[in-house]
Amino acid sequence: MSYLDPQGGGLGSWLTATDHKRIGLLYLTLMTVFFFVAVGIGVTMRLKHLSGGDYLISAQTYNALFTVHGVIMIFLFVIPGLPAVFGNFFMPILIGARDVAFPRLNLLSWYFFATGATLAVLSLFTGNGPPDTGWTFYVPFSIKTGTNVSLAVFAAFVLGLSSILTGLNFITTIHRMRAPGMTWHRMPLFVWSLYATGWIQVLVTPIIGITLVLVILERFFNIGVFDPAKGGDPVLYQHMFWTYSHPAVYIMIVPAMGVITEIIPTFSRKSIFGYKAIAYSSIAIAGFGSMVWAHHMFTSGMADTADFVFSLLTFIVAVPSAIKVFNWTATLYKGSIEMAPAMLYALSFVFLFAIGGLTGVMQGALGVNVHLHDTYFIVGHFHYVMFGGTGFAFFAALLYWFPKMFGKMYDTKPAYAAWGLMFVGFNMLYFTMLVLGTMGMPRRYYAHLPQFHNAHLVATAGSWLLAAGLLVLFGNFLYALFRGRKAEANPWGGITLEWTIPSPPPQENFAEIPTITAGPYAYNPGRPG
Amino acid sequence: MSEAAHQDYQGSKIGMWLFLFTEFMLFGGLFILYAGSRALNPEAFHEASRELSVPLGVANTVILLTSSLFVAAAITAIQKGNKKLSVLLTGLTASCGALFLVNKGVEWGLKFHHGIYPNGPALAARPQGEALFFGLYFIMTGLHGLHVLAGTVLLTIMAVLLARERVRQDDYVLLENSGLYWHLVDVIWIFLLPLFYLAA
Repeated sequence: MSYLDPQGGGLGSWLTATDHKRIGLLYLTLMTVFFFVAVGIGVTMRLKHLSGGDYLISAQTYNALFTVHGVIMIFLFVIPGLPAVFGNFFMPILIGARDVAFPRLNLLSWYFFATGATLAVLSLFTGNGPPDTGWTFYVPFSIKTGTNVSLAVFAAFVLGLSSILTGLNFITTIHRMRAPGMTWHRMPLFVWSLYATGWIQVLVTPIIGITLVLVILERFFNIGVFDPAKGGDPVLYQHMFWTYSHPAVYIMIVPAMGVITEIIPTFSRKSIFGYKAIAYSSIAIAGFGSMVWAHHMFTSGMADTADFVFSLLTFIVAVPSAIKVFNWTATLYKGSIEMAPAMLYALSFVFLFAIGGLTGVMQGALGVNVHLHDTYFIVGHFHYVMFGGTGFAFFAALLYWFPKMFGKMYDTKPAYAAWGLMFVGFNMLYFTMLVLGTMGMPRRYYAHLPQFHNAHLVATAGSWLLAAGLLVLFGNFLYALFRGRKAEANPWGGITLEWTIPSPPPQENFAEIPTITAGPYAYNPGRPG
Repeated sequence: MSEAAHQDYQGSKIGMWLFLFTEFMLFGGLFILYAGSRALNPEAFHEASRELSVPLGVANTVILLTSSLFVAAAITAIQKGNKKLSVLLTGLTASCGALFLVNKGVEWGLKFHHGIYPNGPALAARPQGEALFFGLYFIMTGLHGLHVLAGTVLLTIMAVLLARERVRQDDYVLLENSGLYWHLVDVIWIFLLPLFYLAA
């Protein structure tokens, strides 16, 4: 009996499910809805720039829109996306377990997620108008503004709880529940990436939690911890905020890299090149990524020594990231490459992430950073990393695992068409932003000068293509869900554990817990994976 | 799904330790804030610190340290199968928690009485930095107090579970994890005491 089959009652059985697969789908459903809301907001913001001046929406609405777009995309989609959906669904299967270590805690963390999401939505419609601070909630504005910042901040706090519980659950599961014979070096690399991510979630999320609580306390009691007039320091807020929020970037990207590492060997029919290097580079990214936060603050007035040290550390993070890219490339070399949709999206990930990563290294350089600070270059850069990186990895993961998750096959043609639209639209939108930024267009500005207008038109047109591609992609998934033909157990010829069980997986994953005797990517028998 | 089928003692302990790490980091953020604020206002912090009552602070330290001893003994008692003693010791731990909170309430009440409370007029009149010291004092001891409250409730529940034999000699990981949590609350206080009361 598959996990999708009714288990006594429809919706109720889903909302009380402790099965990791069902919880994964609960996340997927809620997250996709929010993703499209935030895409809609993004397109609306681009529409505004069809005119340089006052057009379509008011300036205050524009401020609220970029705040809400950021809050939803960051806290509700990109950070939890891959671990909560695909980590929940596949991590236990990939290590040969029947569930996570704490199934009820897992469900609780979905409820925290749903509560946080609800509060975030409520913050738009209650109080004195939607928050207008940007998703970073920088003081002193976030303390002084009359808009509904307290509730939005509290929503982010609750979402953080959800993230912590997921990380805690995954680390424990990976330590305790691997199938017999699955040593650390026989674990699939997606699991390694989730392990590294779990540690970041557990160790840094509480810091944003307390920082957000402080914003609320400041708003109610004016204690002055970030107020120079009372002896506090606003730069302290930025330190505390980025101590979490920079490592959070790696919560977003490390699992994405893990997904790509699963897809590339399958469609190259080769063992992954440099298994250990990839596994440990995830850990290295998690480690170094936690020491670079102040590169967000080069223009905030830090000591020169601090600027220098954080610049250097930032460059160092590029090393483990590059190790992964080189290993993917080496895996492809002389591989028997099949350009299935999932593979195409995975390779696009590598391309887009490379641009995102390189523009990131550029900003790690102090002089360049001062020039580019708070311009569209930054916006372009982090969209290349978060959308081109995590977003495309999310789509690649869906394309790769959809047949396994739902037992249905999608049509490949619309998936390719969606790719064309998205890839062209994406680069029109965000590469143009990189150019706009170097020309001096500041981010978050409601109006723009005439010399930037043509570029804004190109970017806006790109946003339409991108949105159209997304609709085609997800329309295709929806169609497949109801009308798709039945998927076989192993449509792609993968050899990790999830492909050894039926599609969709049975309720307890494995009739008998497998015994592992080799590495996860042993496409060449006789050679260790 | 299968949690009834097997008990993973190691797994439960790992989960609890990971949770404790998150608590350390939560307070860690505040300790960073304290360090930063103190570096900016060294004299104000020194002056303001004189006004906190060292005897009350030390009394609370003694209460917490004793309670940590009780909970450790309670775990040993249930390991040896002495249910009655374990219930008694767990109850004593929870009582210490309650006593701590009463003491804290008295202390806060005295400060409020002198007009020292967040956003209060007496604080606003203070030199730069002193208001911040008391603000941090209320935030950090307040958050710690909430943890004491949570721990007290948790230990009370444990006493009941012990009495009903839901926590037993062959399955006492709940009590052990609650004990770990209580030790964390204790350790954090050990840092708060010198930072606020003994800084003068």
